[in-house]
Amino acid sequence: MSQATVEADVLQTAGKGVRENPVDKYLRMERMPTIWCPGCGIGTTVNCFSRALDDSGFDLDKVAIVSGIGCTGRVAGYLKLDSFHTTHGRAIPFATGLKLANPELKVVVYSGDGDLSAIGGNHLFHAARRNADLLVVCVNNFTYGMTGGQVTPTTPYPAIASTTPYGAYEETFNLPHVVASAGATYVARWTAYHVRQLAKTMGEALGKKGFRFIEIIAPCPTLYLRRNRLGEGLEEMKFYKEKSVIKNGADPKDVGLDYREEIVVGKFVDIERPTLEESMEKRMREALGAKYVPYQQPGKMSPRS
Amino acid sequence: MSNAQSSGTLTGSHYLDGDHACSEGAIAAGCRFASGYPITPSTEVVERLSQRFPQCGGRFQQFEDELAASIALQGAAWGGAKAITVTSGPGFSLMMEHIGLAAITETPCVFVNVQRAGPSTGLPTQPAQGDMMQARFGSHGDYRLITLCPNSPQESFDLTVEAFNMSEEYRVPVIVMLDEVVGHMTEKVVIPPADQIKVTERRWTRKKPGEYKPFDANGALVPDMVKAGDGYRIHVTGLTHDDRGYPNMTVPAHEKMQLRLQDKILKNVDSIVRYEASDLAGAEVVVVSYGITSRIAQKSIQMAKDAGLKVGSFRLITAWPFPEKQIAELSRKVKAFVVPELNLGQMVLEVERVAAGRCRTIAVPHVGGTVHDPEQIFKKIQEAVR
Repeated sequence: MSQATVEADVLQTAGKGVRENPVDKYLRMERMPTIWCPGCGIGTTVNCFSRALDDSGFDLDKVAIVSGIGCTGRVAGYLKLDSFHTTHGRAIPFATGLKLANPELKVVVYSGDGDLSAIGGNHLFHAARRNADLLVVCVNNFTYGMTGGQVTPTTPYPAIASTTPYGAYEETFNLPHVVASAGATYVARWTAYHVRQLAKTMGEALGKKGFRFIEIIAPCPTLYLRRNRLGEGLEEMKFYKEKSVIKNGADPKDVGLDYREEIVVGKFVDIERPTLEESMEKRMREALGAKYVPYQQPGKMSPRS
Repeated sequence: MSNAQSSGTLTGSHYLDGDHACSEGAIAAGCRFASGYPITPSTEVVERLSQRFPQCGGRFQQFEDELAASIALQGAAWGGAKAITVTSGPGFSLMMEHIGLAAITETPCVFVNVQRAGPSTGLPTQPAQGDMMQARFGSHGDYRLITLCPNSPQESFDLTVEAFNMSEEYRVPVIVMLDEVVGHMTEKVVIPPADQIKVTERRWTRKKPGEYKPFDANGALVPDMVKAGDGYRIHVTGLTHDDRGYPNMTVPAHEKMQLRLQDKILKNVDSIVRYEASDLAGAEVVVVSYGITSRIAQKSIQMAKDAGLKVGSFRLITAWPFPEKQIAELSRKVKAFVVPELNLGQMVLEVERVAAGRCRTIAVPHVGGTVHDPEQIFKKIQEAVR
């Protein structure tokens, strides 16, 4: 942008007051500011998600978002969609019920590594197995932020957490491998540094069917970074930039994360198989023939009589 | 109120067990979504729904555990469906957190607990009434809900319909508390023609998006609803929230929300409470019972009458809210309440509390995985008259 253009832009802005951010209309602005700390990666991912919604052209009245509990669990509350902030670990089964009962909805689950893979782990891999028609966005910051930085199933050896003061020592979950081996149809990973790629991947995944999973490596400066003396959010972004290696089509079993080592990013799985709903419908038709009465989408609300 | 859908309702005279009658009640009430996880002695309810639903436009999904089953039905409810989940003993314990979620988010939905003896795995195929306090207080925090106690397969049908109607009317989780005997015993069940079954439909708001606040009861006690997908862009959270549904951790917000959750039951208690009373006039002793125990108590009461004793019967149909007014009134007239139940003393505590020392309250606890011997209750009635 030339100096003249910038000045013209500034003048224009001054004349009209502050210009609207293109993603504002996807957010509940009356709830700003968010609870997230400076340097936290969650807000960045929400920005990417809002841009993906903006590009999608979907009727956003038909997009619902479901979160569990935790820092990322607050995402549902900030997005101007039909949004559900449920219980710890149970966003996926709530979302499965919502989608089965109201099939015209696009249902997104947005939660953190602790919520989805520890307390909610059972639901994560069963939803992948049955190919529930959900997009699951998992912000992985390697810690329980909301409760003060405890160890999670993704905290790598030997990172310090408040409940592993001498360093984490358990084997971690390689989340793309977990969900891919359970049957997910779309699996990708980016970091909070890769905003354009992430927005594009979110858009692509929103347009597909079946159990889709996007892992986003994101900084928690207040707890994970500080406790491990890794600097601020900005330094972590530089680290992501340096250490990330794009390997589209990589075998998910090879994308596990070690402490401060290479971060393999990209799209690992993109396949098609019948969704839960499609399998259910198909089987019922085969077994019952003309006796099958398909589920009826609940009608447009009728006012109380 | 409208009437049941003729497409699904199994009108006619049938020979059904209590579990299957419960399934048919759900269908007649307009329920078209069920979630579950196998557990004895409740599994027959979802087995029948899994067979019947595809022939009447419903969907059943078996989940990986009761935690999933008990929140999937709430997702379904916000998707616009009437929804049910069914469990027993350990599964009911696992569902407690989500009963609290349904209470705070005012999600109309029905839980069924076919009670077996506990604690823990206990006696999986034998009856008990040991979850009565858990049904009321099992989830953390303060909330109110409605609990119904059928004593026959016919009532299992009738009260399951009623459970759905009440859950829509008051936007609360309603729990149908069967026990293993009522669940597994087979009796005649008459299902009326659909146009004779009253069904309460969800009360959708008349307001437009932008005007509507999902938890604003507009001076009444129960807010109108919307569902996902209709353009209202609602937010629903298990956090303490304001009328908009937004988290609000202030003293006034919490107090306002808590009191309305309480008042919508307490102030409607006269419309909600159900009981069946007989021979109360002149009774010196009243047997207070519920569920399968009320069937046994009938025999004991007959034995007492044959012995010339003045004994009446008060059967709880709603355990919660508890019929305080009626029990308090009776306590001024009788010598004693005799309270048989298949536990070591649960609802008897409530009877005793409400009687407040105005008459004696005699427990007839019974455990072991069987129903009472009618003699047991008869002896306590004799003792009470003395």
